[in-house]
Amino acid sequence: MAQIVPLAAAVADLIHDGDTVALEGFTHLIPFAAGHEIIRQRRTDLTLVRMTPDVIFDQLIGMGCARKLVFSWGGNPGVGSLHRFRDAVEAGWPRPLELEEHSHAGMANRYVAGASGLPFAVLRGYVGTDLVAQTSTIKPITCPFTGEVLTAVPALRPDVTVIHAQRADRAGNVQLWGIVGVQKEAVLAAQRSLVTVEEVVDTLDPRPGAVVLPTWAVTAVAVVPGGAHPSYAQGYSVRDNDFYVAWDAISRDRETFLAWMRANVLEVGRDH
Amino acid sequence: MTTSDPQWTPDEMMSVAASRALRDGAVCFVGIGLPSTAANLARHTHAPNLVLIYESGTLGSKPGVLPLSIGDGVLADTADAVISVPEVFNYWLQPGRIDVGFLGAAQIDRFANINTTVIGGDYRRPKVRLPGAGGAPEIAASCREVMVVVRQNPRTFVARVDFITSVGFGSGPGDRERLGLRGAGPRTVITDLGILQPDPRTCELTLTHVHPGIDIDTVRANTGWDLAVAPEVAVTEPPTPEELAVLRRLEATKGGNR
Repeated sequence: MAQIVPLAAAVADLIHDGDTVALEGFTHLIPFAAGHEIIRQRRTDLTLVRMTPDVIFDQLIGMGCARKLVFSWGGNPGVGSLHRFRDAVEAGWPRPLELEEHSHAGMANRYVAGASGLPFAVLRGYVGTDLVAQTSTIKPITCPFTGEVLTAVPALRPDVTVIHAQRADRAGNVQLWGIVGVQKEAVLAAQRSLVTVEEVVDTLDPRPGAVVLPTWAVTAVAVVPGGAHPSYAQGYSVRDNDFYVAWDAISRDRETFLAWMRANVLEVGRDH
Repeated sequence: MTTSDPQWTPDEMMSVAASRALRDGAVCFVGIGLPSTAANLARHTHAPNLVLIYESGTLGSKPGVLPLSIGDGVLADTADAVISVPEVFNYWLQPGRIDVGFLGAAQIDRFANINTTVIGGDYRRPKVRLPGAGGAPEIAASCREVMVVVRQNPRTFVARVDFITSVGFGSGPGDRERLGLRGAGPRTVITDLGILQPDPRTCELTLTHVHPGIDIDTVRANTGWDLAVAPEVAVTEPPTPEELAVLRRLEATKGGNR
């Protein structure tokens, strides 16, 4: 059964230095507040996992929380580059960042394998690309039935997966809708999970296309209204596009970045 | 490198030319940015039945505005179905259900291989770290055909990409077959200067169209290899007033928060 707990307590309890931590979301429902709490608690040596690392990953990487990144597309969505990610890869600042780089199809299948309790997934992918030579977790495999050579990628099994959802009920059942990305698979692939929600309600009335994660499949729920800002929570908030645009300038310079993080994350008790 | 005609910009000509290359009723896997602009222009002009699929999991999106990102809520609100990301890639892209994969590029080479990973230096310590693959490698492999829209200059159009993120024709004829890639690969590359298509025999990108006001030497000067030129190079029809009006109305929706 999921415990409904304050965000800071959940992060302290569930996320440890050196853990493999997935924070998922596909430009919708990005768990920004949880990421900020990880930064405030000064977690370090994390292996961060995300199909589409965006601004919150730029912040985690720039603050030195990450040793390694497992990913398939790292950018400021709709805007351009992630300057802190680039600085870490191109110049090793504030520390070198090891990369394990995939395609979206590969990452999605890695989560599916993790959620399915399988050691690996099979797909048609990567063939002829230079990713094969750089990423040791991409291997050919022969179909035992047809002899066709396909591609195998190992399961992702994060220590912790963190997502943001629209709401939970008092028992800790979680409901999310709109673009649901790979969040269900990411939660089910993980040993532990933390879901921040916009609100807790008495009853989760049905929503078209909604994903429900039963309370017994989730470790902890934290109520954080606006916890996806500057991304959006369909039905609750809109994308703060101005922030994504502003981040480009804030993040270009190391000192400007650090000053912004001090003023807006470190010296703030908690988000919102 | 501007058109002599002040009535439209090179970027507008590029988006219009790209939109025209999408046939009505096609099922199109759309990348964000220039491809999304062109695909939505097509849907609002000559191709109202174009089916747009975005990798965030929206099938049949019909946005009235340009999406701010690949996961803009308007894509979900206007979709026939919203599905998970594993389903997009496994059930819809991988089996070959998509007609056209529509991609951008940071670098593209004479065999239409695409790089969106790193430029210069070593992979582990590149001069420029780009966002990476996203959905592109499998889009380029599995869609029935691929279209690319990209601004043309010698830094982008290079003889050999620094990193093959998505395979065009590899090193030349026969490579796609050898690699077992099921789709036909790049069919059209639309730029702000003209249109390039692979030569059926050599697989080499060949200039087939120049946009109004652009001469062949300008395109050559903006290509990082000795560009092949078709025997007859056509001049692209200029944008119609309707195409320009729709494009500008769509572009005007890109600001603001939503």
